[in-house]
Amino acid sequence: MTTKEALYNYTLRMGDDSLILGQRLSELCGHGPILEEDIALTNISLDLIGQATLLLDYAGELDKDSRNKDQLAFLRIEKQYVNILLVEQPNGHFGDTILRQFLFDAYRTALLERLSTSKDKRLAGIAEKSLKETKYHLKHSSEWVIRLGDGTEESHLRIQNSLDKLFRYAHELFYENEVDNLLIKEGIVPSAQGIYPVWEKTVNDVLEAATLSLPKNNWKFQGGREGRHSEHMGYLLADMQYMQRTYPNMEW
Amino acid sequence: MMEIDNKELENKFQQKIDRDIKIEPNDWMPDAYRTTLIRQISQHAHSEVVGMLPEGNWITRAPNLRRKAVLLAKVQDEAGHGLYLYSAAETLGADREQTIDDLHSGKAKYSSIFNYPTLTWADMGAVGWLVDGAAIMNQVPLCRCSYGPYARAMIRVCKEESFHQRQGFEIMTKLAGGAIEQKEMAQDALNRFWWPALMMFGPSDADSSHTEQSMKWKIKRHTNDELRQMFVDVTVPQIETLGLTVPDPDVKWNEVKGRYDYGPIDWDEFWQVVGGNGPCNKERVDARRKAKEDGKWVVEAAMAFTNKRNSKKSA
Repeated sequence: MTTKEALYNYTLRMGDDSLILGQRLSELCGHGPILEEDIALTNISLDLIGQATLLLDYAGELDKDSRNKDQLAFLRIEKQYVNILLVEQPNGHFGDTILRQFLFDAYRTALLERLSTSKDKRLAGIAEKSLKETKYHLKHSSEWVIRLGDGTEESHLRIQNSLDKLFRYAHELFYENEVDNLLIKEGIVPSAQGIYPVWEKTVNDVLEAATLSLPKNNWKFQGGREGRHSEHMGYLLADMQYMQRTYPNMEW
Repeated sequence: MMEIDNKELENKFQQKIDRDIKIEPNDWMPDAYRTTLIRQISQHAHSEVVGMLPEGNWITRAPNLRRKAVLLAKVQDEAGHGLYLYSAAETLGADREQTIDDLHSGKAKYSSIFNYPTLTWADMGAVGWLVDGAAIMNQVPLCRCSYGPYARAMIRVCKEESFHQRQGFEIMTKLAGGAIEQKEMAQDALNRFWWPALMMFGPSDADSSHTEQSMKWKIKRHTNDELRQMFVDVTVPQIETLGLTVPDPDVKWNEVKGRYDYGPIDWDEFWQVVGGNGPCNKERVDARRKAKEDGKWVVEAAMAFTNKRNSKKSA
């Protein structure tokens, strides 16, 4: 594997995480629990679609088949998407949406902080721009986890259930393979294992303030980074790819 | 004595209006002025929020990344407009949650256009271009409305609506200049949204119950028919620019009057949709009601959390 190939893969992973989570959140536009929160979730979705655009644009330049960002976003088959399973999980109730977001934001913030000093100037630039947005996302999701955890009996129970269900997908945030090994060695990306303690501290601090506890069942799901997705992914793609599949080769 | 005082206050109020001095929340105003404004502003707020749904219907299916981002931003703007408007209604003493509950119970109305379905991507073009275009016609004069908070909210809203209208027209331009399927999609969207867009200006002047008083109070500056005519005059040339066909065989330039003539509007359809029998009335209100019901535990949690923190602080 060349550095360029590894960088393509890495950028694609980040782009897919942003794209699929942005797509999930966009389903909620117009359906948020209160108007202020509808605006906030839509805003986060918009930021993520923006980040996906920058990342997939770069991935397209590194792609051996020279696909552009829209071809990458809309015209791959399911097993070619390399997002983690967490981000494709359905929105569920507001607690599920927020908890999913929190686990992701805590990781993404730590990753972007380190990536913003990458030797790869393009990636560093994208990370620096995205970090400003993602820090706000983390603040928003952390505050809601705490509010729901330490709110009413019902909200505590609901978000504890969300945590029990979704925490099993968090492990995959720290997936590493030869792509990472090569790029870490070249000083282009940080090691995921190095990000883990930072993420763990954020998660523990917020869960403590929220009076929530980590699930006893510590089963770890993974597969997304290798293109093995959950049953939910096919429906998400059918929806997202509808126009491109129905009307091939047209400009919009 | 009281009656004389009120008469005098009313005279002073009308004099301010006649001299184009804005009425502010703490100023004296006749009850009917307050009631009319609360009704109009909260209906306007509901229209913004319900209006998120037909366009929200296409966000997940937007054809490329740029269109997805622009549509998200646009629908988010509508939510923001809803917020300013609910706040403007609150300055008159309306309770936001109560007005929202009135929407959910069917007591309060919203713009009927949002009871039509969005069936293809071209509808995102048609809605932005025609619906936001008609909204601008209605709202630009509201920037000079006699009630200060409403007028000021409208200035900001109109700036954003004008961007929305342009993005809708841009979608239509792309489709009209595209493949045959795209051009057909654009024409079909225009056919379906043309008449409902004309109906957005409300019943014809002869049947409009609120127009006369609202004009005297300068809440309204033009009659429904005047605004509708302005819209037709601006839009017909745009349809021609796109190379599409106006879905009304009676549309003809009238040299004498210096404006376009157009065919009769199906007012029966208008009243049916206002009365709840549009294709999506039930779905729209159900979606809003569901959002509130699903969010109830979230709001309760946020309140309980705030109360806990406040009592910790004061302890």
